[in-house]
Amino acid sequence: MPSLKDLRNRIASVTATRKITKAMQMVAAAKLRRAQEAATAARPYAQRMDAVLANLNKGLTSKEGASPLLVGTGKDDVHLLVVMTAERGLCGGFNSNIARLARQDVVRLQAAGKTVKLLFVGRKGYDVLKREYEALMVERIELKDVKNVAFANAEDVGKKVLSMFEAGEFDVCTMYFSEFKSVILQVPSALQLIPAKLPEADDGEEQAAGAGAAYDYEPSEEEILGFLLTRNISTQIFRGLLENSASEQGARMSAMDNATRNAGEMIDKLTISYNRQRQAQITKELIEIISGAEAL
Amino acid sequence: MAEFSFELVSPERVLMSESVEHVVLPGSEGLLGVLSGHSPAVATLKPGVISVLSGSTVKRKIYVRGGFAEINPETVTVLAEHAVDTEAADKDAISSELSVAEEDLADASDDDARYIAQSAIDALKSL
Repeated sequence: MPSLKDLRNRIASVTATRKITKAMQMVAAAKLRRAQEAATAARPYAQRMDAVLANLNKGLTSKEGASPLLVGTGKDDVHLLVVMTAERGLCGGFNSNIARLARQDVVRLQAAGKTVKLLFVGRKGYDVLKREYEALMVERIELKDVKNVAFANAEDVGKKVLSMFEAGEFDVCTMYFSEFKSVILQVPSALQLIPAKLPEADDGEEQAAGAGAAYDYEPSEEEILGFLLTRNISTQIFRGLLENSASEQGARMSAMDNATRNAGEMIDKLTISYNRQRQAQITKELIEIISGAEAL
Repeated sequence: MAEFSFELVSPERVLMSESVEHVVLPGSEGLLGVLSGHSPAVATLKPGVISVLSGSTVKRKIYVRGGFAEINPETVTVLAEHAVDTEAADKDAISSELSVAEEDLADASDDDARYIAQSAIDALKSL
């Protein structure tokens, strides 16, 4: 049975913890709003890019001679997995969910006899997977000093991926990130970057655009497609980073909300047993005094 | 004169969205003047200045570090990774762009890249 003093200390420390988790929850809520705004602001660019790419892809008559970014290298022996996670923990299952999805794929690919390479963006993914797959790691990019994800960050990652691809270091590149569905729901997802999966042009949209299909291209279609495909990598990575930062804040917010609630419950329970013990002690003291008085 | 909507979009946000009469884009194969009713086209841009004109007066000049443009009769959309509005921008932003362009020139391995970097420098110096 803990003494009164122990209980008092315990209550004080849980109260302090609750204050911290409460503050973290509120910070996460504020950051989440900013992250969501950034994700919304980035949408038009990605949409236009997709629309133009889809159009070009449809117009492309033969796949021969097309950029390997689109059709692949013809092999799929070496896979590069870009695992994007957060820089910090304390956000529920966010990091471990992404890492688990990546790990499943590593196991699956290795079972199929493929070579797997890992590129980590963000520290936590590396922390989770380093024990098993340290040897597979090719690069680790930390975004620790980055407060708000800027396109330049995505470009750095994109350039690295592209230069590795040009050097023939891998055949297929897949990106792992957490898709932001809502504040309480984040879905870890995988997206294939190379060879690019292009969105199919929406028929309804095409009709609305009228003669949209008959574009003049300057320079040639192939050149524009090549140019766009390289940019598309960075754009997709940027999208992943933004989704990730929104998801991270969402996950942290709900994790901290839970923690705050749990701390509250714990304080209530501790307070009850503290009061009970205090009363028991008072009763005991009274009995001692009374029986002392009676003995006289 | 007929107007059309012009959008300048960076990966981070929409930088500009307004109705204009005439824009001149730095196409990779030469300057590209666009008026309302232009036939649909897609063009890549080299680093240079986008001029927004009204009649024959230049209303705004925006420097872009490459990108591409989608042109439709009613709308023009420019997707650019980096853009600096030359009016709002201070000297620092322009000179940092200039140093990026100069680095590109130093790194350029072939004539095309050198030409593109040089034209970026020329465009920046003229501001």
